[in-house]
Amino acid sequence: MTSAPPEGIGIDATAASTPAVAPMPAARPRRRFRTHLVVFIAPAAAIYTIFMVYPLLDSLRLSLYAPVDGVQTFVGLDNFVHLVSDDLLSDAFWNAVWNNLVFFAVHFFVQNPIGLLLAALLAAPTLRGRSAYRTLLFIPTTLSVVIVGFIWQLIISPVWGFVETPLLGQSSTALVTLALMSVWQYIGIPMILFYAVLISIPDELIEAATVDGAGAWSTFWRVKFPLILPTVGIVSVITYVANMNAFDLIYTVKGALAGPDFASDIMGTLFFRTFFGFQLQQGSSTMGATVATMMFLLILAGVLAYFYGWQRRIQSYQL
Amino acid sequence: MSNRLGRLAPAVCAALVLAACGESSDPRENTDAGGGDGGSDDGQVTLVMESWRNDDLAIWEDVILPAFHEQHPNIRVTFQPTAPDEYDAALDAKLSGGTAGDLITCRPFDVSLRLFEEGHLTSLADLEGMDAFGDVARAAWSTDDGSESFCVPMASVIHGFLYNTAAFDELGLTPPETEEQFHELLDTIAADGTYAPLVMGTADQWEAATMGLQNIGPNYWNGEEGRQALIDGAERFDDEQYVAAFTELASWAEFLPSGYESMTYPDAQNMFTLGRGAIFPAGSWEIALFNEQADFEMGAFGPPLPEGQDACYISDHTDIGIGMNAATEHPDEVRTFLEWTTSAEFADLYANELPGFFPMSDHDVEVDDPLAQEFLSWREDCESTIRNSYQILSRGEPNLENQLWDLSAQVLNGTVQPADAAAQAQAGLERWYEPQQR
Repeated sequence: MTSAPPEGIGIDATAASTPAVAPMPAARPRRRFRTHLVVFIAPAAAIYTIFMVYPLLDSLRLSLYAPVDGVQTFVGLDNFVHLVSDDLLSDAFWNAVWNNLVFFAVHFFVQNPIGLLLAALLAAPTLRGRSAYRTLLFIPTTLSVVIVGFIWQLIISPVWGFVETPLLGQSSTALVTLALMSVWQYIGIPMILFYAVLISIPDELIEAATVDGAGAWSTFWRVKFPLILPTVGIVSVITYVANMNAFDLIYTVKGALAGPDFASDIMGTLFFRTFFGFQLQQGSSTMGATVATMMFLLILAGVLAYFYGWQRRIQSYQL
Repeated sequence: MSNRLGRLAPAVCAALVLAACGESSDPRENTDAGGGDGGSDDGQVTLVMESWRNDDLAIWEDVILPAFHEQHPNIRVTFQPTAPDEYDAALDAKLSGGTAGDLITCRPFDVSLRLFEEGHLTSLADLEGMDAFGDVARAAWSTDDGSESFCVPMASVIHGFLYNTAAFDELGLTPPETEEQFHELLDTIAADGTYAPLVMGTADQWEAATMGLQNIGPNYWNGEEGRQALIDGAERFDDEQYVAAFTELASWAEFLPSGYESMTYPDAQNMFTLGRGAIFPAGSWEIALFNEQADFEMGAFGPPLPEGQDACYISDHTDIGIGMNAATEHPDEVRTFLEWTTSAEFADLYANELPGFFPMSDHDVEVDDPLAQEFLSWREDCESTIRNSYQILSRGEPNLENQLWDLSAQVLNGTVQPADAAAQAQAGLERWYEPQQR
């Protein structure tokens, strides 16, 4: 889905391995410069810098330019002012932002709770055939988005499929239908994350609760749920980042114009049309970079809100 | 452990450096077809042709180019297409990097005009044989004032309606000539219920505009006359003829298959070729594929005439041209090839190998495919025009073409009324296009 979880794991892993390596005999007072760290990190750092950091910075720079008589000229924040005030562009932009939030909300309120429910069912000690269910529920995550889009388009097509209503063809239903297709595909991710935490809860805690007279329901809400709250936070932030960045499913199913009447247009498709152009519309790299920068800022805002508003509270709660 | 890793580090470093300095020559450079400088020992020159029509690779290599090579043994042309949706970007990159082929297949209007203005395409105004093409044919690859042409027009596509002959026979129907007859026909098919009267969806949006509005529209806005009047600002998009065209389009809705709002273009193609529909609003490019897929006979009729109208207009849309890369090292040989593409021989080969893509020159061409012949025959009785959003009017924001896709689909979906659609298109034009701002 995104690079967020591996990064977190990566940081933890280094932090954990440092004390394990440190107590070498005799070398305690002067710490030797660890050449190998640099050498092993360098390739990844170089690739990350060239393909992620540099393009990001360059598109931030590009968003401050505009073509004047065919020459890229520095215009400051003009593009941004244009994007949020020009009636044509701002309509498209706010429509895309709103649709993105709807897309995220469907995942947040449908995918994650169902993922949690499935994880809780999988973690139930009495369940048989657990690994078969786990695999089946996780498999769609590994499929190509193009295939998922294609299959669902056929399943819910009034011509070939089982549904009479043109769900993907109406402004009122297209976006939510697409979001639910995406939920079906990615539900395995929150499920597996919640499942990993649920099975790591020490049996003693559960047993103690049972001895105290708690039923399954109150054991879940009073014992297990508080312990998985940090995971709820992480899953929420992954969902947010992934869905604000969404593009592929909508592009596959509805094309770059994200119809009908831009009902499924999200920032990703708006960016695509603006940057690369579409059909007879010429692309504009600077306006495209402006849309991309706004996407970046919205995602950054969400992630920062998570770190400062949620994760810190959770940490103090745990301590 | 960490010491051993420390000692390993310089070795890994060295290995990486060595790997980077390894053999870097590309073995592909040594093959014959690589083009390179194009020259060879026996004075033969190799020209590379860029194109987005990767579907046509076999036809170019097996039929069209051998015919040229026979007459010009010292010039070899190799056809090197790119995927259609990557073509514009790839060509841009190759042209600015100086690695583009000698012959460039040209998209119509602004994309190619920009290449010409940036100096990537050579002016072909003085090319021998260019007088075989009329103004409409040349318009797609000429400057706005028509003074300079930079690509030889290669092919156009014509809009009309394909029908299932078996279904028509079964219901005792004949192809309509007027819109009144067309609607009667649709009513009959709908009342019978065996076939979907009109097979088209609006999910991809472009069908509604391209095969819907631009198909029947020229009859309303008098073809070229109306198209030019929009460009000059003499007519407006909210004038009654445009509202009438949208109104006629809207009337199709009740004859489309149920759930057409989510039906894609391939869905519609499949539905028609499986024999589930009676009429398919089409472009002539469908002919080759449909001939292959449908196991029933097909017929074609042109856009039916609105009530009380005698003159007919068809959308004979300029689609493919071919030009010269200004940076080519072999301008004379490229000119020789381009001159050949203006000839009757080329027109004949192209039209028959790719039924549905029609040459735009004045040469008399015999097309063998009966369906293609039917489409082509409309040129004799009707005036040709091109899609009205293609020249100049899609240069600004919002661009008319994308807007027409959206509006035509919405008119068919019933979410916008015809008069509103026309008003929105006009408002869009007025935003940026000066002649429409008066």
